[in-house]
Amino acid sequence: MINWPNFVSQLFNGLALGALLALISSGLTIIYGTLGVLNLAHGAMFMLGGYAGYVTYTYTGSFILAVIGGSLFVMILGIVMERVIIRHFYNRPHEDQLLVTFGLGICFVEIVRFIFSSQSLVVPPPPLLQGITSLGFMYYPTYRLAVVGIVAVALAALFIVLYRTRLGMIVRAGIEDSVMVDSLGINVYRVFMIVFGIGAMAAGFAGIINAPVVSLTPGIGDDILVQTFVVVVIGGVGSFPGAILGGLIAGEIISITSMINPGYAYVMLFVAMTLVLVLRPHGLLGAQGRD
Amino acid sequence: MLKQRRFLIEVLTAIGLIAAPFVLPHLGFAPNTVNRILVWGLFGLGFDILFGFTGLLSFGQSAFYGTGGFVAAYLLTRAGFPNVFLALVIGMVAAAVTGYFVGLIALRRTGIYFAMITVAIAEVFYFVEFNPLAEWTGGENGLPGVPTPSFNLGFTTLHFTTGWSLYQFLAACYFVGVVIALRIVRSPVGAILSAIRDNPLRATAVGHNIHGYKLTAFVIAAAYAGFAGGLLGVMQAFMPPDAFMFETSGQLIMQTAIGGPGTLFGPLVGAAVWLFLQDFLQSALGLGAAWKLVLGAVFVLLVCFLRRGIIGGLVDLYRLAAGRRTDRKPAVASAKALTAEEEQAIAEATVAKQPDPPPMAPLNRAGDSYAGPILQATGLTKRYGGLLANSDIDFTVNHGELRGIIGPNGAGKSTFFKMLTCEVAPTSGKIVFEGLDITGMNVTDVCQLGLTKSYQVNQLFSGLTVRENLTIAALSELRGKFRLDMFRSLQSIPGLSEQVERTLELVNLTTRPDTPVSELAYGEKRRLEIGLALATSPSLLLLDEPLAGMSPRERVETVKLLKSISKGRTMIIIDHDMDSLFELVGRVTVLQEGRVLVEGTPDEIKNNAVVQEAYLGGVHGVLDA
Repeated sequence: MINWPNFVSQLFNGLALGALLALISSGLTIIYGTLGVLNLAHGAMFMLGGYAGYVTYTYTGSFILAVIGGSLFVMILGIVMERVIIRHFYNRPHEDQLLVTFGLGICFVEIVRFIFSSQSLVVPPPPLLQGITSLGFMYYPTYRLAVVGIVAVALAALFIVLYRTRLGMIVRAGIEDSVMVDSLGINVYRVFMIVFGIGAMAAGFAGIINAPVVSLTPGIGDDILVQTFVVVVIGGVGSFPGAILGGLIAGEIISITSMINPGYAYVMLFVAMTLVLVLRPHGLLGAQGRD
Repeated sequence: MLKQRRFLIEVLTAIGLIAAPFVLPHLGFAPNTVNRILVWGLFGLGFDILFGFTGLLSFGQSAFYGTGGFVAAYLLTRAGFPNVFLALVIGMVAAAVTGYFVGLIALRRTGIYFAMITVAIAEVFYFVEFNPLAEWTGGENGLPGVPTPSFNLGFTTLHFTTGWSLYQFLAACYFVGVVIALRIVRSPVGAILSAIRDNPLRATAVGHNIHGYKLTAFVIAAAYAGFAGGLLGVMQAFMPPDAFMFETSGQLIMQTAIGGPGTLFGPLVGAAVWLFLQDFLQSALGLGAAWKLVLGAVFVLLVCFLRRGIIGGLVDLYRLAAGRRTDRKPAVASAKALTAEEEQAIAEATVAKQPDPPPMAPLNRAGDSYAGPILQATGLTKRYGGLLANSDIDFTVNHGELRGIIGPNGAGKSTFFKMLTCEVAPTSGKIVFEGLDITGMNVTDVCQLGLTKSYQVNQLFSGLTVRENLTIAALSELRGKFRLDMFRSLQSIPGLSEQVERTLELVNLTTRPDTPVSELAYGEKRRLEIGLALATSPSLLLLDEPLAGMSPRERVETVKLLKSISKGRTMIIIDHDMDSLFELVGRVTVLQEGRVLVEGTPDEIKNNAVVQEAYLGGVHGVLDA
């Protein structure tokens, strides 16, 4: 028989993981949608967010400052990366873009390994969110519960930026047709830079928010990157709502399968991806256009 | 560069492999390092066929490396299988079969989707090895005790153990791998693979089943990976679970990019640089774990500045050096500059002087005995959302006819052509070609039946030469849409070189067969565009604005070309150049706003009031100019 409290708590785990995946994936997907570049260093940026937050935390002792520090550091890194390297790859084949971002990802991971070694580091959750909370029928770690709320707020902020501001309108127009946006007299390259910064920040923010849940290692981004790919394929490349839906689906699949047998979590994720590819090749909420 | 003297590369490879044990130790390579380089190089041969030649960047090759390795290792250790070589082959087959099924899923999409899906699938293999299959694979411990190969030759037994002894076995495997890869690359299949890399859309349109060929390349890459994975176990006497890790795929990609993709030897060179630097940075410079950072940075710089890798860079250097010696000739030619008028006069004179090339008869196909109209479209309608591009078009063309289609911009001419060649499916209506209902077929099958088109915007294989372009189109007619003649050389296909030469003559490109398409003038590209359609020997040829954007001189040449190819062939031509078109065709169909406005001989059309209305907006005069 199913152990109900255990099942519900796994559902919550899935929700927390799914929310995080949704946030990271939406960063990846808006970068791809706008710039046409799939950033394989996105997982490394998630990891860097965690480490930058860790450094801020050790110097200030404040979790909030750690979140701000982690996010800002990755955002600035994203902007620099776009300005210095990615910009020169817009007119080169997709394969070259994949290769260069893949190489950059490895460099980031190895720099962190060089400075912090491979040992795992811990960022404790803020005192207010430590301990466990009673939900009436079960107890659940307070911080994980908070993660769902924090990420939901972040996603809402991203939604407002994308759908309720002038910049967001330009970004969405750029996803449809960046050449047209350029010819309307908007400096698309400046928009590209900002989008890359925002997308990277989403990963960095998720990285530091996730840090108290699992310990930090330099390789932490690699698994996340693969899961993000599945999310994006399921949801549809370039689709912000698709990333959220895909993230929640992937999070629940991983959690619920893990309850039965952790070894099959990835297999089930892959089965779901295959099903989507067979039935809806452009993803659940993907548009027909881009490929 | 793969096209010099016969067997030159094979011989050089053999010499290199034999010389390596005598030379490399002096350069600081340990025998084990050399062996590892060979295994990576063999792994990379298949990957280069997939990535360098076909243009499919897979991030999941570890799945096949691990599958082949663990199947072979399992047979040799736990199952007590005695024959090492046979176990390696079985591992290879297992990897190839796995590759087939993975390819079925991954190749549903292209570009970045393909990259993401291969990563995800490879990661599944990694987890499956660790958990559900741990009983067979040893989980995180891998499989220790993989034996080394020995061969009983009757009079003596060859035993390969470690170091330079095992090198002999690995070098032999690598050599065979190179020979096979070279044959594949030089075969018709290899030619089509590079066509897919350059322009998948056109490769489909000239009648190749590109999905089948992509799957073939994927399976080849998986087979090489599987064999190399088996060798990894043999070499280390232990099959490590790391083979399944994402880092394995990543390292393979980086080594290939460092060495130079599309060269077959790139992965070997890349592996040599990689492993040498790894040793050098770790031990000589004492950098410890930072070696990977240095290699990562080197890789990023190479991708930024030397995108064709070390081998590509060397080839460019060689060409630069060789080019300086032959540079003088063109300088003489360009010395006498001509005015445009002189050029035009010379062009017309030379065009007039040239003898007519022999007409190239379309291929006899099964449908040729059919006596009715060659093409009959009834009630053809195409709707894009609210826009009606074509509405209820009835259109019939008889055998041997030369038909023109005119109409103002946006009349739906190109959409109509796309429906006829089955590039887009009609919303409703029926298309019958030589008595066969082709509605709903795909563009590849229709091309195989003898109906193809030249595009309004050039769709060439721009990385290949003129001859290679035409070869790819001619291959579709000579070999059908899919055939696995991977070990056959291009030269041995009967009729291929004749057909290519004839097409070269027809489209007047005989002087520049080995020029890369990217270096052709616009008019030459236009003629090659027509040549690509022509080389498939169509019985019905559609030409979408063949004269668009041409200079007067090029127009004269092209009209003459169209006249000569129309002999014994049915053609439908869309163009805005009415003078040329009326001179060429027997009948004209006028489209307007997606409907057939009127149909008749050029003279009837010229004097038709409705047509004048459509074109000139009601100014009633004689359409003559």
